[in-house]
Amino acid sequence: MSTERALRFLTAGSVDDGKSTLIGRLLLDSQALLADQVDTLTQRAAGSPRDAGGPAFDLSLLTDGLEAEREQGITIDVAWRYFATKQRKFIIADAPGHEQYTRNMVTAAAGSDAAVVLVDVTKLDLSSQPLQLLPQTRRHALLAHLLRVPSLVFAVNKFDAVADPGPAFAAVRHALEAFAAEAGMQVAAIVPVSALRGDNVATPLNASWHVGPSLLQVLEGLPTGRHDTALGLRLPVQYVARAGVGSGARTGEQPRTLWGRVAQGQVAVGDEVQVFPSGERARVVALRHVDGEVDAVAAGLSAGVLLDRPLDVSRGDWLGTPGLLQPVQHVAATLAWLDTDPATPGRRYLLRHGHRWVQARLAHVQARLDIHSLRATSAESLAVNEIGEVVFDLQQPLPLAPFAQNTEAGSLIVVDPTSHRTSGALLVRGDAAVTRAAGAAGAAA
Amino acid sequence: MNAPLLPKHLLPTIEHSHLDGLEEEAIFILREVAASFERPALLFSGGKDSCVVLHLAEKAFKTRRSGGDFSGSLPLPLLHVDTGHNFPEVIEFRDRRVAQICAQLVVADLEDSIRRVSVRLAEPLESRNGHQSVALLEAIESHHFDALIGGARRDEEKARAKERIFSHRDRFGQWSPKEQRPELWNLFNTRMRPGEHFRAFPISNWTELDVWLYIARESIPLPSLYYSHARAVVRRQGLLVPVTAVTPAQQCEVVETVQVRFRTVGDMTCTCPVESSAADANQVVTETLTVTVSERGATRMDDRASDTAMERRKKEGYF
Repeated sequence: MSTERALRFLTAGSVDDGKSTLIGRLLLDSQALLADQVDTLTQRAAGSPRDAGGPAFDLSLLTDGLEAEREQGITIDVAWRYFATKQRKFIIADAPGHEQYTRNMVTAAAGSDAAVVLVDVTKLDLSSQPLQLLPQTRRHALLAHLLRVPSLVFAVNKFDAVADPGPAFAAVRHALEAFAAEAGMQVAAIVPVSALRGDNVATPLNASWHVGPSLLQVLEGLPTGRHDTALGLRLPVQYVARAGVGSGARTGEQPRTLWGRVAQGQVAVGDEVQVFPSGERARVVALRHVDGEVDAVAAGLSAGVLLDRPLDVSRGDWLGTPGLLQPVQHVAATLAWLDTDPATPGRRYLLRHGHRWVQARLAHVQARLDIHSLRATSAESLAVNEIGEVVFDLQQPLPLAPFAQNTEAGSLIVVDPTSHRTSGALLVRGDAAVTRAAGAAGAAA
Repeated sequence: MNAPLLPKHLLPTIEHSHLDGLEEEAIFILREVAASFERPALLFSGGKDSCVVLHLAEKAFKTRRSGGDFSGSLPLPLLHVDTGHNFPEVIEFRDRRVAQICAQLVVADLEDSIRRVSVRLAEPLESRNGHQSVALLEAIESHHFDALIGGARRDEEKARAKERIFSHRDRFGQWSPKEQRPELWNLFNTRMRPGEHFRAFPISNWTELDVWLYIARESIPLPSLYYSHARAVVRRQGLLVPVTAVTPAQQCEVVETVQVRFRTVGDMTCTCPVESSAADANQVVTETLTVTVSERGATRMDDRASDTAMERRKKEGYF
């Protein structure tokens, strides 16, 4: 039973950083493009000027999607691209790079294994000491960090346009390393590229000033899973099926199979599990995976669980290692706001966690985070593209855990009950009641 | 004798375990649809993508017996929009497959929509692809379907690259690119008002090659015209146009018999085959790896008009 999957990465860059060209280059060099697609682009490019050394058409045209956007000259959403090398399959979440960017980047980052942040070397003042990074570079990297995208890669682009690339790259790398250290971010790689010419994108650079893997080689080596089977079990129940396992000749009524994707740890035959919210306990007597009965199912895979007694378990409930799933009703969380209607304290929203919808009230907005520094400033509400620290009161308790510990247990979406729009992404920090109590105890001491 | 041509022999260095990940994801989405909606249906045209989705649905909802077949039943019906211009091989396959797996089939017949005058044809033999939307929306309304599972993939076409896995449609069945909801993690927002519905795409993240690799790996049955066969065609604007009752040869066109297979199967008036000797799924995989023209570019007359053709049709409620 393999858990190997495609590497999903997002690309972040501002207008003119060459992000579309880079994606076009990855698709072109990995032969993901076919003759008719290239023909269409060549026809569209006919008559327009092109860069010396580049391909016969504008690579960035490959990734600009809908007619509506072409008319406006901007991309308005996340687009998905696919390519494969001999080593692995890749899925690109292409988030457009204009100013109102946070919403798209949050969407692309949720579920991504890696972020490739583009740095345009031609926009930097290479003579300044120390070298100053652009605000968008800091913003993109900090957002990826905040959303806990596992691997961060900087692609320093447009080296074809730099006279003395060796010292230039050294200076940019030094600035990026200093920034990452200051922000407490791990950086997987810093790679110089020329997306236009294809240098160091798929084929490693053959230059005196840089030896090292190409961007594609870096991406081929990044990890996809972070599943630790030694952790306690968290399994949200997705679908309850009547059909049993095997002969079905067990006593009494038709056994029910509880299907759900293991969010943390693993489930094995013989394990004792506790149901959330009922608190009842039972033992796992049989397990199914896609093609039949198995002894254990690990995180990332869907398990069909049969229990030794007929408990009342339904979609939205969780199964967990006894004692692990703790109810949280006042949640302290980081909120990325995606809706044009601001997040206003006192308003009611629908939250989705795992497979359950609950009503909730935004109790208060504690702070707004400056996305260029992640510093907190005081705030009363959050507007679209803003990120802040908030507290929600839930109508019923949920088995939440910090997002940093477990993505599934620590993530929720906020839905406007009137418009039904997905208004926000919520990353759990902890139990607000506990935080408040600790704060009060601290103040008392 | 030659060894059988298997993908793993062909591509010793390509790791195919990503198919397991794609399968996991698709089954997760299928169960999510069945659990989130009251009256979901699975669009089944007999096309290869819908055959893959049907196979995944059997895996999601049935129990596999040791012989490889499934026991149990699907918790949702199949829905087919019949343009009346389908290839007979496809209709025959559809009915055989439905009987085999004991599924419930709802047929939305475009001829009915024509009789009700909800569809007016400008000329009797015109392509009925664009008119499918009407029959589909009428079926959604009369059966009160609130979610339709489809086999669309994001790699097929630009307008689809931004499609959600759960795609919201308004009361008129319309898709509005700006009204689509951000999809975060696996927390799908399935909230809607009465009369609205969702389309759900379990194989969004699959490419044409993934589909063929999976068909080969799982021995998924397909209509015969997906594999090499002799067919009467004419050459028109770089395409091989099959000669049928609804697509007769035009004056001065020479009818030839060519070994062909179809890469996509749709309305007879707008689906063209490609020259091929690939007689089974493994041979199609080999061809797919060396192919130089995109699936829609090679085979669909309706998408050639402009590269925004799909986006326009989609806004009208096309699948």
